[in-house]
Amino acid sequence: MSFEVDISRHLGDRIISAHFTADRGITALFGPSGVGKSSILNMIAGLLQPDSGRISVGGEVLFDALAGIDLPPERRRLGYVFQDGRLFPHKRVRANLLYGHDLAPPQERWMSPEEAADFLGIAHLLDRWPRSLSGGEAQRVAIGRALLSAPRFLLMDEPLSSLDLPRRDEIMTVIERIARELKLPILYVSHDRQEIDRLADTVITLT
Amino acid sequence: MLLSLKVSGVAIAGTLPIAFALAWLLARARFPGRFLLDGLVYLPLVLPPVVTGWLLLLAFGPEGPAGRFLDRTLGITLMFRWTGAALAAAIMALPLMVRAIRLSIEAVDRRLEGAARTLGASPWRTFFTVTLPLSLPGVLAGAVLGFARSIGEFGATITFVSNIPDETRTLPLAIYSALQIPGSEALVTRLALISVALSLGAVILSEALARRGQMNERMGHVL
Repeated sequence: MSFEVDISRHLGDRIISAHFTADRGITALFGPSGVGKSSILNMIAGLLQPDSGRISVGGEVLFDALAGIDLPPERRRLGYVFQDGRLFPHKRVRANLLYGHDLAPPQERWMSPEEAADFLGIAHLLDRWPRSLSGGEAQRVAIGRALLSAPRFLLMDEPLSSLDLPRRDEIMTVIERIARELKLPILYVSHDRQEIDRLADTVITLT
Repeated sequence: MLLSLKVSGVAIAGTLPIAFALAWLLARARFPGRFLLDGLVYLPLVLPPVVTGWLLLLAFGPEGPAGRFLDRTLGITLMFRWTGAALAAAIMALPLMVRAIRLSIEAVDRRLEGAARTLGASPWRTFFTVTLPLSLPGVLAGAVLGFARSIGEFGATITFVSNIPDETRTLPLAIYSALQIPGSEALVTRLALISVALSLGAVILSEALARRGQMNERMGHVL
């Protein structure tokens, strides 16, 4: 599976643009705060519309300004892990995990809720409310929720930035296992050199 | 008393979907004439109620455009009927309801809606599974507040549907009528106490609901 991204967009008085191709494994988008890394992920996810350009993943065109193609987020079949987890506060952990799973067509699902809970070590949290979770627990649930929505690839937006050091290490291990064991391509945004050195197979530096 | 509850109940049940739609438009949509709509919705809040009642009379009276239309097509007359009192109550309650609901919709974290979309939810599903449940406390608070406001509605009601016993004589009109009769202090006191109890209960309930909504929201942000 390959990513081909060539997009730009005005945001306020800035121009955010990205032009890269990436292949398997973990591809890191690296750059200082404020270059619009999150906006680039949002454009790939379909949450923000580029002014111009083209996005294709694994041969499928998600966005093409010239051809007038702009798939809505729900049809892009991606999993998005946000910086702040963004769990639904009005649903328990179980319902959060199943939200995307229940919406995915059964033949496209490749992980069961039980497998995800085991893989992430969150089986004991299923009946809890998001507000009662620690930062590391919440982020593991958020990753599980994304994996269960049957994505073909993952977007991760600084998923470690709100965690303390031991938790960071724990989540990094989870991310490595997703790439190695589940063979899921990951676009990973960070401004932390150490994270990138450890995780990334390919580094794309944005300036 | 029972009439008041019927009038206000019908008024609020009928207005709630309209209030929600208006609140959503004002909170989310950007369209020309938005400021005008904003002003129109809040107008009954600042206009003298007598003027609102008179405008209703003009519109829904037998010679009014809306009144004639309803009479011809559905055979409905609102003037001097309890349904007219409900309409007056609804119009007067609308601004408060729209305001409370709008605030609660604006408080919903739109990033949660984005998250729902990436998980495969259509815009409508996102609305029903994320936006609506998260704004529900504010919606209920708005309904309770609107209910309390409509129970107390006087000026527009008496202007539009007059003060007819058992048809349009709601609680405040009954108090007003009783005040005209010497020696009815006991009745006035009883009605006034009912009125105070209803209003106080409604305000406390709506505050409690609004606070619960805020708490949910804040807890959500911690994550």
